Amino acid sequence: MSEHVHAVHPEPDMVQLLTPEGQRVEHPDYKLDISEDEIASLYRDLVLVRRIDTEAIALQRQGELGLWASLLGQEAAQIGAGRALKKQDMSFPTYREHGVAWCRDVDPLVLLGLYRGTNLGGWDPKSNNFNLYTIVIGAQTLHATGYAMGVVRDGAVGTGDPDRDTAVLAFFGDGASSQGDVNESFVWAGAGNLPVVFFCQNNQWAISEPVERQSRVPLYQRSAGFGFPGVRVDGNDVLACLAVTRKALDDARSAQGPTFIEAYTYRMNPHTTNDDPRRYRLGSEAETWKLKDPIERVRAYLTREAKIDPSFFADVDAEAKQLAEHVRKGCRELPDPTPESLFDNVHVTMPDELRTQRDEFTDFVNEVSA
Amino acid sequence: MTASGMGTATMAKALNDGLRKSMEDDPKVVIMGEDVGKLGGVFRITDGLQKDFGEDRVIDTPLAESGIIGTAVGLAIRGYRPVCEIQFDGFVFPGFDQIVSQVAKFHNRSAGLVKMPITIRIPFGGGIGAVEHHSESPETYFAHTAGLKVVSCSNPSDAYWMIQQAVADDDPVIFCEPKRLYHAAKAEIDEAPTPLYKARVVRPGQHVTVVGYGPTVSTVLSAAQTAAEDGLELEVIDLRSVSPLDMPTVVESVKRTGRLIVVHEAPHSFGVGAEIAARVTEAAFYSLEAPVLRVTGYDTPYPPSRLEHEWLPNLDRVLDTVDKIMEF
Repeated sequence: MSEHVHAVHPEPDMVQLLTPEGQRVEHPDYKLDISEDEIASLYRDLVLVRRIDTEAIALQRQGELGLWASLLGQEAAQIGAGRALKKQDMSFPTYREHGVAWCRDVDPLVLLGLYRGTNLGGWDPKSNNFNLYTIVIGAQTLHATGYAMGVVRDGAVGTGDPDRDTAVLAFFGDGASSQGDVNESFVWAGAGNLPVVFFCQNNQWAISEPVERQSRVPLYQRSAGFGFPGVRVDGNDVLACLAVTRKALDDARSAQGPTFIEAYTYRMNPHTTNDDPRRYRLGSEAETWKLKDPIERVRAYLTREAKIDPSFFADVDAEAKQLAEHVRKGCRELPDPTPESLFDNVHVTMPDELRTQRDEFTDFVNEVSA
Repeated sequence: MTASGMGTATMAKALNDGLRKSMEDDPKVVIMGEDVGKLGGVFRITDGLQKDFGEDRVIDTPLAESGIIGTAVGLAIRGYRPVCEIQFDGFVFPGFDQIVSQVAKFHNRSAGLVKMPITIRIPFGGGIGAVEHHSESPETYFAHTAGLKVVSCSNPSDAYWMIQQAVADDDPVIFCEPKRLYHAAKAEIDEAPTPLYKARVVRPGQHVTVVGYGPTVSTVLSAAQTAAEDGLELEVIDLRSVSPLDMPTVVESVKRTGRLIVVHEAPHSFGVGAEIAARVTEAAFYSLEAPVLRVTGYDTPYPPSRLEHEWLPNLDRVLDTVDKIMEF
């Protein structure tokens, strides 16, 4: 075992508005004016995206999906951030932001094609202002930054018009924080005062590598060197994630520049369905984090403090069941791509050489199957 | 006034005029790169453009090539048409991942719903006595990548027209500019462009077809002139586009001459020459009187500049290969 540098603060000093026990607490910088109905609505989001995730894992186990990247444990970070977005804001996910997709009204079935192998994504980033999943770690943070440059050039920042001013939200993880692209995007965003918010879900593990392999300082402190604020938020607290992201996006829209948010959370499941975390971390770690579950604390609050009618929880569970059925059935019905579609959309204008390859391939396939 | 109206221009001026025209034609065109603003680029290709179009459209970027290409991807998603300048050929590699994994694949990954109308300009090739990483020919890496188009201009008129065509193309284009010709002699600008992905027979001949592109076209033309004095007529083809390749033009010529030499500065193996040889063998096997030969850089790192004139496909090496192919 090599010597380990334990320089990352083990007990993070972070923004929290709802304790793991379900108690509302105040933070001087992040007031959240939110109704109990809205909190109930966040609870619904959390439960439903967890159900999508559970169902997708089951589909992978049944051979219906080739792979799945689970969001278990990170629901609050994703729903909090996703619900802070306005319609005109743009978001750039990694490949795990199923919860953000949900907030952007992306049908979960749309996300499955990539993991089932029926397409490579195939959705229009513009239709829900939710970019395609990006698998190369950190690459999308530069796309977000470039998009923010476009927003500035379109005069869609700092006008004071709430329907016009636009922010960009870039997602990435603790592992990606080591990538050159992420650091270059910090340079760009800082120097250009761009309307982009960097939302890092520090789920403690980059596959098998703990976060102290990536950083000697707490991640949120990184942005100081690039000239913009960094804040650590309890990533399992949906209210805190919402409040912190909302403030950062407001700042971005009003030309105050970028913010770096580190959502301190935990990847409860393996990195993907192909991973085996028993080889690199103790089961007791996940047990500790279970006590900080992002859903349980909201349920506790709604039950105890908000006196929400018990039928609400039953309704949400029924809805989750329906959604699971939608995912299960829809996944199996996703159409396989046709062989000749292989050659589609490589270019806007297909070169002759590629057309020849396509024709030869199609003839061959037809001959073999005849 | 554009180069077209001026009659003649150097390649540098022609590119500058072409970029200016693109920016006038389409307000979504933005130029981005290191030193492209006040300085006008280290080769002055963007000279004066920031002054006339403003800092929002001619963007001096931080010194990070992945950042240049990656932010161009985001601008393209937002509806812009970025023209990225990579300062020198050997500096494109920090941006390689964004070019190959993002720019090239985005259209495909989005099922055709997103276009990447990005032009990446790369001053390339040797012969300027430069230090390491300033004389390379990286075009094959990009030609090997699905989703990219790769072109190279060999003269001012093509430079003027091709850069505009590349910028207007909805596909991403790697635009390789032969830097040693930037400030060479002025030449006439044609009234109208040739289609971007079309090769051109620049000198007809009956004995050997010699194909070049970018910086090697002028070398091959000199060779043709010398060979003609010995009664050998070389047919010189300027490929103009490395990917896609205009094979009909090459094959038609080889069917007449029966002999083919491909000339490029990029290293010998696995290159454009090898690809053309394979395709000509398929399309014109029975017309060939001799194997297809290549005159190229060697399979070594680009040499120190005192050796570059021996390393590059120079006049003597082309003529020597012409002799060899005639002896078959």
